[in-house]
Amino acid sequence: MTALGFELTVALRFLREGRMQTMLIIGGAAIGVGVILFITAVLTGVQNDLIQRVTGAQPHVTIKPPEELVAPLVAGSADAPRLATIQARPQRLTTIDGWQALARMAEMTEGVLAVAPVASGSALAIKGDASRSILVLGTDLERYQRVVRLDDKVASGVLQLEPGDALIGIELARDLGAVLGDRFRVQSAQGASEVFRIRALLDLGSRDLNRRYIYTDLRAAQSLLGIPGRITSIDLSVRELMGADDVAGRLRAQSGQLIESWIQNNNFIFTAISNQDIMTLLIKVFITIVVALGIASVLVVSVVQKRKEIGILRAIGATRRQMLNVFLLQGVIVGVGGALLGSGLGMLLVVVFSHVLRNAEGKALFSLHFDYRLIGVVVVSAAVLGLLAAVLPARNAARLDPAQAIRG
Amino acid sequence: MATHEALIRLQGLRKTYNAGLPNAEEVLHGIDLNIQPGEFTALIGPSGSGKSTLLNIIGLLEGGSGGSYHFAGRDVTAFNDEERTLARHQKLGFIFQFHHLLPAFTALENVQLPDLIGWQRGKSEAQATADMRARAAQLLDAVGLQDAHHKKPQELSGGMQQRVAIARALVLSPQLVLADEPTGNLDTQTSDSIFELLRRFNRERGTALLIVTHDPRLAARCDRIVELVDGQIAADRANAVERS
Repeated sequence: MTALGFELTVALRFLREGRMQTMLIIGGAAIGVGVILFITAVLTGVQNDLIQRVTGAQPHVTIKPPEELVAPLVAGSADAPRLATIQARPQRLTTIDGWQALARMAEMTEGVLAVAPVASGSALAIKGDASRSILVLGTDLERYQRVVRLDDKVASGVLQLEPGDALIGIELARDLGAVLGDRFRVQSAQGASEVFRIRALLDLGSRDLNRRYIYTDLRAAQSLLGIPGRITSIDLSVRELMGADDVAGRLRAQSGQLIESWIQNNNFIFTAISNQDIMTLLIKVFITIVVALGIASVLVVSVVQKRKEIGILRAIGATRRQMLNVFLLQGVIVGVGGALLGSGLGMLLVVVFSHVLRNAEGKALFSLHFDYRLIGVVVVSAAVLGLLAAVLPARNAARLDPAQAIRG
Repeated sequence: MATHEALIRLQGLRKTYNAGLPNAEEVLHGIDLNIQPGEFTALIGPSGSGKSTLLNIIGLLEGGSGGSYHFAGRDVTAFNDEERTLARHQKLGFIFQFHHLLPAFTALENVQLPDLIGWQRGKSEAQATADMRARAAQLLDAVGLQDAHHKKPQELSGGMQQRVAIARALVLSPQLVLADEPTGNLDTQTSDSIFELLRRFNRERGTALLIVTHDPRLAARCDRIVELVDGQIAADRANAVERS
């Protein structure tokens, strides 16, 4: 028993002696920790699923050329207002000047993961008698994959964009009556026309996108849209999905272009997720408080029960500091024990409920891979929590007057 | 007296509980008492005479309200809690009426506790640990508990528990052991054997003992009897008996 030193030895013995109390409070802490980990896993899963659904075929941030505005030649002022009818200009297909430099700059910006140039515009897809209005999106597939993953959206075919190849939405293929390997013609509003071969059918997660999108290589789209060598937007992916607005802000400050983030375009989701986060934070805080109060109350009772023993230890030479440490250590041990057990419980809940909670496609709502760093954080926080919860009872123990405690 | 220093020297010691409150009560009214090293003293007196309070003050478990207290020549009257704790640990041993062992520890561990309290990490850990254990085992053997080293207190009889408590009180070789009715709830035969044990350690090691007792038979076998009545020393006589 000596190897542990006085305080730890006595702390462990006291906990073992009050077996029932110790088990109950470690159990309570474990349930708290388990539920916190479980909620975190479920919520992360649900939110990621939602975001995935919304942003599936969307880049996180897009750099576009500035909109064309109408500026009145003679501006009015407050004391001399002028009457003017300002008619909004129709927005032509505009391109980004000097996009190579801009793309490099974007790539260097903090928080940006990947960058891909895109030339896109509307056109008509024609096959036989069928014609459909579509959006042609020409890009460098390899770079674009790092911005928006397409490989997990392939319903059939091969993900490959040689000149003359196209990847099209599954609904569009159905509308055109086309299958994999068929050729179809695309005619742009600018009058150019080109024939593409279908290399893959894509399921982009929404009927609307599946009906309108076709992906081609950059050069084909440029010539089709009549903007050779130029692009209409730069698409980016960011490291922190929820921080897309911050990245957009940084880019805006640097480039002077029009920057849009997925958050701006889908504000309702962002708000919903933020509110959800606040609610769960609140739940976690309350669970934490309840666990801390539980630990504190068990230790307060333990100090009362162990009054006499504390008195003896003090009489035979244990200092106040040592008695304080004995009870602080009990708090830490209970906290860490609860956190370890709770992590196991959390993992178990995740495994069990991954069979129960499913998304619209019937896939598990959250991934089974557990964040082990999170467990580390939880264990350390539980140790600190246990320590704080033990402060009050430990001070009671340290303050006991040995003469009185022994007397009874 | 001038040549060799008294172990305990109390001068005009007073103790008031609830000082300054309407229910203030003075339980010791100016005690003058000297105890020499190695002396075997009985402290007797009726209930409520202040015996326990005096024992607690001499044992540095609480402080007095007036007068002075010198321990081995050192003025300990104004010691704070930490200084008193250190002195208790290094110089004093305690034996209580109800044994007061820690139920979660075995006999051997209970005896090691005082050592463990003062144990410093670092310096030749294994050796220190082995020494500590050996010291405790040797003392348990000396009190006749060769076969009970690893028993918990609740597995031992009252007399055996008191033997463990004696071993614990002696493990750091204190100069003075304070015993509060050490045989209070034991039958006469067990009482005698416990008393003999204390006597033996007193002779062999020169440890001074101060024993509070209600039992006139035991008191009569001590070197000296101090009688306390109503917070004052009523009698203080040497015992000629049994000095062999």
